[in-house]
Amino acid sequence: MLNMFEVIETNNMIEHERLDVRTITMGISLLDCCDDDLAVVNEKIYHKIVSYAKGLVSTGEAIARDFGVPIVNKRISVTPVALVGGCACKTPEDFVTIARTLDRAAHEVGVNFIGGYSALVSKGMTQADENLIRSIPQALSCTKRVCSSINVGSTRTGLNMDAIKLMGQVILDTAQATKDQDSLGCAKLVVFCNAPDDNPFMAGAFHGVTEADAIINVGVSGPGVVKVALEKARGENFEVLCETIKKTAFKITRVGQLVAQEASRRLNVPFGIIDLSLAPTPAVGDSVAEILEEIGLECVGAPGTTAALAMLNDQVKKGGVMASSYVGGLSGAFIPVSEDQGMIDAVAKGALTLEKLEAMTCVCSVGLDMIAVPGDIPASTISGIIADEAAIGMVNQKTTAVRVIPVMGKTVGDTVEFGGLLGYAPVMPVNRYSCEKFINRGGRIPAPIHSFKN
Amino acid sequence: MNKVIITVVGKDTVGIIAKVCTYLSENNVNVLDISQTIVQEYFNMMMIADIDKASAPYEEIYTQLEKIGEEIGVKIKCQREEIFTKMHRI
Repeated sequence: MLNMFEVIETNNMIEHERLDVRTITMGISLLDCCDDDLAVVNEKIYHKIVSYAKGLVSTGEAIARDFGVPIVNKRISVTPVALVGGCACKTPEDFVTIARTLDRAAHEVGVNFIGGYSALVSKGMTQADENLIRSIPQALSCTKRVCSSINVGSTRTGLNMDAIKLMGQVILDTAQATKDQDSLGCAKLVVFCNAPDDNPFMAGAFHGVTEADAIINVGVSGPGVVKVALEKARGENFEVLCETIKKTAFKITRVGQLVAQEASRRLNVPFGIIDLSLAPTPAVGDSVAEILEEIGLECVGAPGTTAALAMLNDQVKKGGVMASSYVGGLSGAFIPVSEDQGMIDAVAKGALTLEKLEAMTCVCSVGLDMIAVPGDIPASTISGIIADEAAIGMVNQKTTAVRVIPVMGKTVGDTVEFGGLLGYAPVMPVNRYSCEKFINRGGRIPAPIHSFKN
Repeated sequence: MNKVIITVVGKDTVGIIAKVCTYLSENNVNVLDISQTIVQEYFNMMMIADIDKASAPYEEIYTQLEKIGEEIGVKIKCQREEIFTKMHRI
């Protein structure tokens, strides 16, 4: 029988340590919506999403109430739109009509984001892929809830440098198209290497082609819970530290597993995976940076940060894997700058730089995330940042991503406000030396050799 | 068996358990276990109850319990048991 201390512990996690289920994401395949008539494609997409997801928000709210645990977001991911619209869309503007349809469907069912305005171009781009990519600035500026992601490389295929070059310009154009909102469009655009098919987290969620017709994926969270647990292990050695993180990760993940199974049962949609990520929010006490500082760093960014993060990430996975029957998605500690108060503070006082963040992405998911940079940097520099990050993912057989926001009209020292879960960020300095000739070469970087590991 | 955990946290006062139990008995909810303690001057009570034969739906029970809590100035929560068993039992 349960004892009172266990019950109090769980409720303290929820009430005081910000334990929540970050998202229930319903993945919906749109492959059966293909047609050569654009109007028909749009109609099919709208009806499929609305009919599958109409109960998603109310079911999420009911589960949250029954178990007394907050479920922050209810979201949808769909098949990469470049595949679905490829037959009907002849121009970038054609693809924008699908973005509007996705936005309308998301609004109708009440989800706050819908992901999958995506193209998978790790080796090459079809005309449809290229049209979709070129439509992104317009699509993200004329919709509210649509999120876009592009996979530009993988360990098996190498890096598509043509796509990386194009994405540098597309990110700048998206920033320009949404400059009235501090270039918010770029916060809804992720460039991946080794993108997972079942990621429930935005902005990078899409429903991969290897997935079933519909699926429920759940992202858990709980940096605050880990932080509080570690406060009790101050001064202890690494063995005690790691055990504490593992046990806490286990408990957090079990909540996600319960919610996922319950959502799957109530919605009659199969359960896909739990994403074991530590996802921070701008709220104080819900920060990955604060965990690293609790582990023993004066400020995140100090020497030792990468090692501490590597350990944290690994222990979260070790504890979480046993708590769930299926683990997938990104699964690791997120280090978005604008969404994590500790990271924001570290950047503001000069302790955390872009280069250190890049090193940190070698050992955790997911990449350079929610980083505001000056709006006047050239497209080739953004492409260079993407190429560096993608190379880390390619060589280390892990997912990496870039979500940078070149903020139009702002420069180092300024602050941008994105609002809500997206938070705010100080604009960070970027190395001003050019990589233009490197980016302009064109073609592909071949896949790395899988032996002689060093 | 359809178990829920009812927790009451707040300043100690006369009749907290009586009020909660009266409501539960009126709605045919069977109490399986009660424990209580004072933590840092706060009254903490946990009740394990079976709502299988309850005369009111679960949604109504937890809403009503919350209301009773507001009336007597304590926080009453009613949650399905699984969130605790999943977290604390392998």
